[in-house]
Amino acid sequence: MADKLGVFICTGYGIADALDIDALHEVATGEMGAQHCETFASGSTGEMAAIREKVQKLGLNKVVIAGPSSRSYLASTLPEADSLQLVNLLEWVVLTHEPNDEDTQMMAEDYLRMGITRAQKAKKPKPFPEHQEISKTILVVGAGIAGLTAAYEAADAGYDVVLVEREDELGGYMARLHRSIPTRPPYRELEDPNIEQKIAAVSTNGHIKVYTGTTIESISGGPGLFDVTLQGAAAPEGAIRIGAIVQATGFTPADPTGFEHLGFSKFPDVVTNVDFEQMAKDGAFLKPSNKQPVKNVAFVQCGDSRNPDTFSYASAIMSLNALKQAMYIREEDPEARAFIFFEHLRTPGQLEDFYRRAQEDPGIFLTRGMVSLVSSVGGHLVLQVEDSMLGEDLEVEVDLLVLNNGMVPNSADGEAIRKYQDSIQIVKEGPGNAKYEDASRAVEELKIHENTEILNLDYRQGPDLPSLRHGYPDSHFICFPYETRRTGIYAAGAMRTPTDGASAAEDAMGAVLKAIQCVEMLSRGETVHPRAGDISFPEFSLMRCTQCKRCTEECPFGSINEDEKGTPEYSVTRCRRCGICLGACPERIINFPDYSIGGVADSIKSVEVPEEWDEKPRVLVLACENDAIPALEAAAVHGIKYSPFVRVVPVRCLGSVNVVFIKEAISAGFDGVLLFGCKYGDDYQCHFIRGSELMETRGGNIKEALEQMSMENERVQLHQVEISDYETIPRVIDEFMELIDEIGMNPFKGM
Amino acid sequence: MTENTARSGKDTILVIGGGIAGITAALEAAEVGCNVILVEKEAYLGGRVVRMNQYFPKLCPPTCGLEINYQRIRKNPRIKVLTLSEVSKVAGQKGNFNVTIRIHPRYVTGNAPISRAQLDAISSEIPNDFNSGMDRTRALYMPHDQAFPHLHVLARYALTSEEISRLEETEPREAIDLSAGAETLDVNVAAIIVATGWQPYDANNLDLLGYSSNADVITNIEMERLAARTGPTGGKIIRPSDGREPARVAFVQCAGSRDANNLPYCSAVCCMASLKQARYLRNKLPDASISIFYIDIRTIGRHEEFYYQLLADDHVSFVKGKVARITPEASNLVLDVEDTLGGKLLQESFDLVVLATGVVPNQARHPLPGLDITTDEYGFIVEGVVRNGIYAAGCACRPTDVSRSVKDATAAALRAIQDVRR
Repeated sequence: MADKLGVFICTGYGIADALDIDALHEVATGEMGAQHCETFASGSTGEMAAIREKVQKLGLNKVVIAGPSSRSYLASTLPEADSLQLVNLLEWVVLTHEPNDEDTQMMAEDYLRMGITRAQKAKKPKPFPEHQEISKTILVVGAGIAGLTAAYEAADAGYDVVLVEREDELGGYMARLHRSIPTRPPYRELEDPNIEQKIAAVSTNGHIKVYTGTTIESISGGPGLFDVTLQGAAAPEGAIRIGAIVQATGFTPADPTGFEHLGFSKFPDVVTNVDFEQMAKDGAFLKPSNKQPVKNVAFVQCGDSRNPDTFSYASAIMSLNALKQAMYIREEDPEARAFIFFEHLRTPGQLEDFYRRAQEDPGIFLTRGMVSLVSSVGGHLVLQVEDSMLGEDLEVEVDLLVLNNGMVPNSADGEAIRKYQDSIQIVKEGPGNAKYEDASRAVEELKIHENTEILNLDYRQGPDLPSLRHGYPDSHFICFPYETRRTGIYAAGAMRTPTDGASAAEDAMGAVLKAIQCVEMLSRGETVHPRAGDISFPEFSLMRCTQCKRCTEECPFGSINEDEKGTPEYSVTRCRRCGICLGACPERIINFPDYSIGGVADSIKSVEVPEEWDEKPRVLVLACENDAIPALEAAAVHGIKYSPFVRVVPVRCLGSVNVVFIKEAISAGFDGVLLFGCKYGDDYQCHFIRGSELMETRGGNIKEALEQMSMENERVQLHQVEISDYETIPRVIDEFMELIDEIGMNPFKGM
Repeated sequence: MTENTARSGKDTILVIGGGIAGITAALEAAEVGCNVILVEKEAYLGGRVVRMNQYFPKLCPPTCGLEINYQRIRKNPRIKVLTLSEVSKVAGQKGNFNVTIRIHPRYVTGNAPISRAQLDAISSEIPNDFNSGMDRTRALYMPHDQAFPHLHVLARYALTSEEISRLEETEPREAIDLSAGAETLDVNVAAIIVATGWQPYDANNLDLLGYSSNADVITNIEMERLAARTGPTGGKIIRPSDGREPARVAFVQCAGSRDANNLPYCSAVCCMASLKQARYLRNKLPDASISIFYIDIRTIGRHEEFYYQLLADDHVSFVKGKVARITPEASNLVLDVEDTLGGKLLQESFDLVVLATGVVPNQARHPLPGLDITTDEYGFIVEGVVRNGIYAAGCACRPTDVSRSVKDATAAALRAIQDVRR
């Protein structure tokens, strides 16, 4: 069936006062061949309903709506079509350029051409066929407080659960606790960790299959279609089909051996908070050295601001732990005294009341100061304390010293493991390889990752979640803390972030929600965050693939495996639809039905580039639709104007820009190309992790190509911007236009 | 344009509050497949976070994450957003709540765009709530550049009778309905998520700190707006009294918090907020010197690194001590501080003083009629006692940061979905 194209042009918002609407109409129905074109007044629900009706009545399957920004419409009010393209005539043209001006009109006409071209080139997306076979079973890895909670709550929401624990017992670290810190008013009483109750609830739940003493041998496939093989005495034969995974592998108390001045491993009566917890659980506080009762005990925190190298994330609960344990011994023995030495006492929120209770206790001595040396005199420990309140040094004699130390997440860094394995391979091949030296160094540096695998994912980019810092999984940890870089795998508890038990349990509920959401969305054929609900997915024309591996290496979500020859094996359920693979592919064989190399390139070529003597340069702006485009639209709200010689193309992520877009623009006569992407680096802001960073690398190739054509390489520039940079983007555009003025027009214009 | 449509009933969840916790809870539940009604009392979503300049510790703009969330809302027909709305009554129980929502008039219909002529017809001004009242806005206004929904608001109460008659005659007339009144909407929902958020502690209560009498004593909330490009000064950090750039800036921690006479609890976020604002100053006014007066620096978990970075900065000094009094002297402000480390009383002079005011739960001030919740003595909702179909998230439960609010909200969405599924 031939396409039937309809174009709707908005006259409201002052658009008709600034532009020649008849001329736009002529562009649509004349050169662009639209079957139907009419005007409308605003993005209101009523107006949209009229458009929807018209679209249906005329059987239009390709629709272009040219008017205000997409933020002025709700998707549910827009017409359904094989392709619907919104063209922004308001913020991109009318509000940011001179009204009734030749250049402004040319800009509007070009945007209309570009939108119509995109609509013509786009195909109707269909959900991926596997959506009908999505498994909704949730795999929970780790059965501490977070894992147990995740398993129980997922089952309570109606899902089948497989719970895997490497130890023989359920309960994890919480099972070793005597009491836990308060979660309820009056926030002064220690609570029962209640872990036995949780274990019982999980063990007797018919929807939960528990495997203890079990680890994961391998996980292949993708979300909704994971095949998980377990390892251990009780492990089932063959693979289990799993929908989504909650990783709740907890933490390990850090090894305090490094704190020599605190006498750990030198004096038996210097113990860790874990040892002390055990004493409390056993109901006997005895000195390890001579089994005599403990009367005086001191608590110190390992790591302080004077020694930032010793820094660890322990501070999430260190102070609370010390207060809690001081109360243990005070409850056991009213004669006992507890000394807490600290730099900052950290009892956030209502837990200030817990602190207050300790302050009220005459047997708990809270001292701001640092323990500088510990020695053993006559069977007692003598602590040298630099008391920073009184400004003098103290000596305190105690029976037991308890060290509160950091929490090390039980995680594995999948990317580091992969790099380690690759480096070993290169080293094995011998010094002939150019990468030999780098690889030898990497082997040394990454040795700590050897045999750390947990999930054993059969992913080209490594067997576990990639880490950001300190072993915690990479995520947008402020706004979207559960979104890891592996779709369908959600971290929870002390493995995701430093946390106490109650908070870990709550964290597990959040992670379970995301796991459930993932399988539900996949079963509807939709992708998950951040393009939630998108049903389009890329197709790979493998006939033309040269096995260059760029797509398999660059995908931030590990969506693409490769076979022995290096041919990509795409997993649709791992994919987030960012289009970075499309941007990476030099052969241009990766395309979405509604976002393709041809579609974008043709829309760029649909711009009418004036001849050189018209003195109207053209600059292509490729901008991230999530941040740079809203910033550009905010410029309009603030009344900031910029050059009418730019033509903006929104892209899913700057990483989805294929260098061919830039080459096409230059050969079509554009005088320069500006790329606007998100900030990268440790505090990256890219919603797809590293799109703009990847583009920067690809940009190097473009510069080379420009030089080969004897063109100035500053004709292509990448700028990192934020969504709040509504002043910066117009300024960069105008400065770039000045530069083009200086270096002159594209010499290939019109050729 | 108007709000999304969604039906109410057995598979519907009501979310009260459209800040970061409420937005998150609504989206997470809707993407699972539930219908959600999101009720926000202001004219736009975003609550406290949309007024922040940057988030700690990444120093990134809140609108970046909010924009993704707004896109998710726009694309999701399962979410119905009601702005300028309040829950006025709740009856029933888990699985079957009858809720009455009162929708206040916006007077802007969305049926046609507001024209330049209409904007020009109004010259009356009201305090600009988005900028914490530090400047004024015309009574017909777009709340801010990323506002969702992207609709103007008319403060009808502030109009003169001339303005009203002018508006009545200005095209397009269908854009404004001056006769609009409050409406009520009755909905039936299976579960309710309370994400009513917080408000800053009123610094006027802190007599000795001189907030009400000295223009250059400001709150941390006001500092956010001063630092924001969309704020009253276009992002310039200047003294409100004379517009000068401050050379010496003090941050007073625990301004009301951890204080038996004000807020006995710790507000949990103010340490990181001040450290973040110290970074704003370091970036914008590199010569300024900064003093932070504190009891304990509570940079918990991942945030410890942020503190260590500032500790190494010789333009920033940390003074352990409680600020007892702030008095004006010439054009400066003198702080009386009990330096608990040095053991002496300090007097130091500054150009600008920022009070790190704390977090007060909105629920404490404006309890929701008929809602069966348990609160602690500070007005925070006590979570997880019973699963009665009403769950809370974010600062309604405890003073907390964005990341924890998002986590709470996601957990609350699960609890609500469990009820819907029953």
